[in-house]
Amino acid sequence: MQPANNTQYAIETRNLSIFYGEFEAVTNVNLQIEKQKITAIIGPSGCGKSTLLRAFNRMNDFVPTSHVRGEILLQGTNLYGKEIDPVEVRRRIGMVFQKPNPFPKSIYENIAWGARINGYKGNMDELVEQSLRAAALWDEVKDKLKQSAYALSGGQQQRLCIARTIAIQPEIILMDEPASALDPIATLKIEELMQELKRNYTIIIVTHNMQQAARVSDYTAMMMLHGDTRSGTVIEYDRTDVIFTRPKDKRTEDYVTGRFG
Amino acid sequence: MPSFTYPEKNELERFVAARYRTGWVWQVIFLSALIIAIFSLSALLLNIVDGAFGYVAYEFKKDPLTISEKPLDQLNQQELIALLQANLSRGAYNKLNNEKPMESRSQGELYNLVIERIIQVKTLQTYPLFRSLFEKAAIEAEVSERYPGARLEFRSWLSPTFLTTPQSSKAEFAGVRTAVLGSLWLVGIAIAFALPVGVGAAVYLQEYANKKSFISRVIQTNINNLAGVPSIVYGMLGLAIFVRAWEPFTSGAMFGITDTNGRTILSAGLTMGILVLPLVIINAQEAIKAVPDSLRQAAYGVGATRWQTVWHHVLPNALPGILTGSILAMSRAIGETAPLIVVGASTFITIDPQSPFTKFTALPIQIYQWTSRAQSEFQAIAAAAILVLLGLLLTLNATAILLRNRFQRRW
Repeated sequence: MQPANNTQYAIETRNLSIFYGEFEAVTNVNLQIEKQKITAIIGPSGCGKSTLLRAFNRMNDFVPTSHVRGEILLQGTNLYGKEIDPVEVRRRIGMVFQKPNPFPKSIYENIAWGARINGYKGNMDELVEQSLRAAALWDEVKDKLKQSAYALSGGQQQRLCIARTIAIQPEIILMDEPASALDPIATLKIEELMQELKRNYTIIIVTHNMQQAARVSDYTAMMMLHGDTRSGTVIEYDRTDVIFTRPKDKRTEDYVTGRFG
Repeated sequence: MPSFTYPEKNELERFVAARYRTGWVWQVIFLSALIIAIFSLSALLLNIVDGAFGYVAYEFKKDPLTISEKPLDQLNQQELIALLQANLSRGAYNKLNNEKPMESRSQGELYNLVIERIIQVKTLQTYPLFRSLFEKAAIEAEVSERYPGARLEFRSWLSPTFLTTPQSSKAEFAGVRTAVLGSLWLVGIAIAFALPVGVGAAVYLQEYANKKSFISRVIQTNINNLAGVPSIVYGMLGLAIFVRAWEPFTSGAMFGITDTNGRTILSAGLTMGILVLPLVIINAQEAIKAVPDSLRQAAYGVGATRWQTVWHHVLPNALPGILTGSILAMSRAIGETAPLIVVGASTFITIDPQSPFTKFTALPIQIYQWTSRAQSEFQAIAAAAILVLLGLLLTLNATAILLRNRFQRRW
């Protein structure tokens, strides 16, 4: 898909605030996410990291009272514009969830279903194979494509979820603590996979694991509860090595060095 | 921290023993509750079985040996017709012949006719199963004393014949065929109405409606309350709407059927459908609620619309639960009596229901009617009919459970 206008960033937010009813969960976020890089969002629990991430593909729409102020621009288009269909947004911005959540179907169907409902017309077998290869899962499952996805291990399930997301060819992949339910080896595989994926995709990852953020990401946004309203905001956003070595904000330094949170 | 906060060692032992004792007392209470439940249910079942089998003292108005040399059940069609001609009055024979020509009747039908019209079995006394088993001598003595010349025979009132013959004014010849078919029609119509409407409503309430809004809370409360409304109220509703207001539709007049009024299977089935609707909605809602949210998110995450998510993921995963709900609904519909009485089930009917637009009777109605008769043989067939009802219930439930397990493909 050709971008409508050649903007510099994959996605950017402008004065974005997210509300649940009266409660302002996230305040005034301005982020420019670089193309084909991995951007990590870190911060203590309850500071609105996941809320912010879910705003990118309008998953917050399912909370009836949620609404936003400000803009999220994808290729220059506001995702919260009136004419924008959230279903279309979610096809262009895929999501991998905290707990692996494959469909209760076969491995093959897990990938084919998303493609089919989005009107994929090409060779399905090919798409399934390529998506599984891209998710570094093909060699492990190629002989059992018709078997249940639930028979896979947690790490394999999570990579299947990534393959499912790749299959619909999104521009951006959102990952909400994708390795928090996995053991270190499975986590490592996911992290290696992310390095592969960033050649073709922009990745935004929420993580609690500081080492993970330092290891995998190119950019890091530090979030924290802020001000009288106690709503989350991005207090510092910079290259990952800067955030972890010479942060400008004292709170960031305390957090990444483990003195806080 | 002071050490006397907790019991000392010797005191501790007593304290622990006391805790075990309390636990043991409660365990015994729960166990006795279970035993009471099992005991009551067994008593219920035994009581019914007791009535449905047992010795019968009966006599013939005419002894079969006096009219035929061979045993009656070995006679062929021609011999049976001859027997009827010889022993019935001319008028009675012609009347029967006009109803259905003798030559076209089967050997079984003719045999029944001979028994019913010529032999004329008369039941004098029936004895329950357990007395029959354990006090056979006493029964024999009683019969020979009170009914000289009577025959004593062990009879199972529940028999294949009982299942396949229609209602009769004589208990010995009565069966439940019409009632069973009526009940099946009823449940069929009720489920055909309640399942799609109920599941549809449940899907809307769970997946589309804003659950926090005032209107959906009012609707939800009303559905929950409707599930507890006494069934007679639904009967009144059915009478007012289906039997009276919709008579052209429910009597079939709209479709050119003219020989009925609104008191048809269709009216009763729709009434039952409305009766079980809240039950179906609530169970379907619970089943839909039990589908994990992570599955919905997974579907939305790959760009599915709400409808695609519901159709491909929510409903298939909720289906086993929905079917469980419909099993409960069926069980309720098949046992309800009050609304049928109000809607106007016929108590005496011998013709099989042919379409939704026919008069009908149902098993509970039949049982109710038979139990209200004074003669002991009617009590016996009522017990047998109850067994048929229970059997029918179990069969329907087993079918639904098998269906559910078929749909329930575990991944």
